[in-house]
Amino acid sequence: MTTSDEILQEGSPGVTRGSPARASLRPRLSPSVISWLQAGPMMLVFLAFFLIPLVFVLIVSFWDYNEYQLLPAFSGRGYTDTFEGCIDKLPELCTIGRTYLMTLKLCFMVWAITLFIGFWVAYFLAFHVKSKTWQMGLSLLCTIPFWTSNVIRMIAWIPLLGRNGLVNSGLVKTGLINHPVEWLLFSEFSVVLALVHLFTFFMVVPIFNSMVRIDKSLIEAAYDAGASGFQTLVNVIIPLAKPGIVIGSIFVITIVMGDFITIGVMGGQQIAAAGKIIETRVNALQFPAAAANAVILLVITFLIITMMSRIVDIKKEL
Amino acid sequence: MTETTRKKGLSRRTLLKGTAGLAGLAAGSGAITGFPYVMSADPKVLRYLGTAVNEGDDISKQCLKDTGIKIEYITATTDDVTKRVMTQPNSFDVLDTEYFSLKKLVPSGNILALDAKKIKEFDNITPVFTKGMTPGGKKIGNQGTAPWKVLYLEGKDSKKFATSATEFVTLIPTVYNADTLGIRPDLIKRPISSWAELLNPEFKGKASILNIPSIGIMDAAMVVEATGKYKYADKGNMTKEEIDLTMKVLTEAKKAGQFRAFWKDFNESVNLMAAGETVIQSMWSPAVTKVRSMGIPCTFQPLKEGYRSWASGFCVSKGVSGAKLEWAYEFVNWFLSGYAGAYLNRQGYYSAVLSTAKANMEPYEWAYWMEGKPAEKDIKAPDGALLEKAGAVRDGGSYEDRMGGVACWNAVMDENDYMVRKWNEFIAA
Repeated sequence: MTTSDEILQEGSPGVTRGSPARASLRPRLSPSVISWLQAGPMMLVFLAFFLIPLVFVLIVSFWDYNEYQLLPAFSGRGYTDTFEGCIDKLPELCTIGRTYLMTLKLCFMVWAITLFIGFWVAYFLAFHVKSKTWQMGLSLLCTIPFWTSNVIRMIAWIPLLGRNGLVNSGLVKTGLINHPVEWLLFSEFSVVLALVHLFTFFMVVPIFNSMVRIDKSLIEAAYDAGASGFQTLVNVIIPLAKPGIVIGSIFVITIVMGDFITIGVMGGQQIAAAGKIIETRVNALQFPAAAANAVILLVITFLIITMMSRIVDIKKEL
Repeated sequence: MTETTRKKGLSRRTLLKGTAGLAGLAAGSGAITGFPYVMSADPKVLRYLGTAVNEGDDISKQCLKDTGIKIEYITATTDDVTKRVMTQPNSFDVLDTEYFSLKKLVPSGNILALDAKKIKEFDNITPVFTKGMTPGGKKIGNQGTAPWKVLYLEGKDSKKFATSATEFVTLIPTVYNADTLGIRPDLIKRPISSWAELLNPEFKGKASILNIPSIGIMDAAMVVEATGKYKYADKGNMTKEEIDLTMKVLTEAKKAGQFRAFWKDFNESVNLMAAGETVIQSMWSPAVTKVRSMGIPCTFQPLKEGYRSWASGFCVSKGVSGAKLEWAYEFVNWFLSGYAGAYLNRQGYYSAVLSTAKANMEPYEWAYWMEGKPAEKDIKAPDGALLEKAGAVRDGGSYEDRMGGVACWNAVMDENDYMVRKWNEFIAA
């Protein structure tokens, strides 16, 4: 903050000298007002479209409801219904337990795979592609999965992975399998595949961003000091790319935790997801129960992110 | 208002001031509640909220031509339509919705009871809706939210359904159908005659149901009854024990890998069937037609336990009044006057007023779609696409046979909340 203040103060006399008449007309704003003006719009948007709705969700989650309306009276029904059977069904898992176990499992798989692929794509872009133009062009290529709508992408998987799809008929023709395999579509495999295909990009960008800022002389120094490629990677590149890795991970994890469309379509609507519970509730007009589930999802996602930022102090690293 | 003021004997001047104030207030409030076009002499516009079933460019164009009313479609899924009525009742004028939603919509007080006397063809509406029987006198199954249970209200502002006919109508029927299982006869290669086949392990990994809990559970109930495991008092209104029992059957089937996928959207159901991902699934009539028009054999199979039926119609938002309400009546009357009915019949649905639709169809079309007779000529869709070659017979036969075979209606249960929780448990199992 102090440095930017100094720059502003230093900057303004120069302007005054250049055009004294105009400067005298312009009202002088104190630096703190300017920084408020800069941060203000985003803050207002955040307040109006995120914090206030969030407070409403929290309030509504403690309301009661009937078939057709919200009843603004305190009730923990949204929560108690959600955790129904969690104690008396033990050791078997209750609905919410199973659902979150599945969501976390999918989340972990997608995170691990996108991280692995995303890291190497970013590595290639940052260290092997020399020209800036090519770096730009190739990273734009990574956005191709976003060029079509969600619905079209989903429908396009059937001819590819379906029972009579390209992959199956190819495998049958080459004689690798006798009968088409069923698990290619409407399975955990297809869910993970679609999510990885969609969200690897969110890993590539922040990691690439961290990597291009690594001072090349550090790598040369490691090389000169006799470090092997692997040692350089583990001791120099990965630690310096950590902020990118964490930011990318936060993107991927938050999106996958809340996803119900991709999981629904690719899982044939038969795979449980935290977001899907909320959707089913909302569709049945049971808003307080949906809000309670949203709060639970938020808390769990927040816990995961807190844990991750414990590992890496993003503020310090940036 | 002017009348009462005058009676109190106020001077002419005060009266004028008062009226001016009121006019100003009216203008102001009009602007605030957001109905600017009520005041203006602009073209007659109605905002039409509904699912895509009744909506078609042809229908809105013809309506504009015949009545001068411009229809603005607001398209949403069944669930979203209901949500919108609850949360934004002023965002539409005419509502196209299903009868089973009424159990939620009417108590919310957001829809207006319509006056039966103002509906020209009301007395010609098929007895399917008013009496629960076909024109030929066949009694129709009354399980679930059957239209005649929720067709009338006790009074103008009542939130209670009347048990006998009154002049206050909740929903003017427009379109309905009898749903059953769609099958791929080329892949199944044997006759299918019972709902029990849906969960037959022979079709493991090749079956599907609709991903709407209240409808999915009824399909499962049809299977349970067909296998003779249990007989429900009302499949559309189960007790908690019955929900548990039905969900257990579904859960076991899911765990055994019976279902390939659940579908929610018309196109999804077409894709699943056309690609051979499924060979037996609950389906809608036009979806079967669509698969068939792709050159793939698909049958809308009549089953001995009967059909699960649905019906939809028009109601009007509570916020509509004055001239706009008259347009709404004009529009509903136009819709029942034949053009739209014929259009819907040609898609494989049924229209509410049969006589006017018949007058707008060719005799050979009527014979194919409604009388179950072999097509004399090629049967074409409203857009001119070839649906069936001459000689084809409609699956399930005539209107009498299909509607007369209805066993239950799409429904919202009293234990809906419990059922939704159980559905989430089923998905997580």
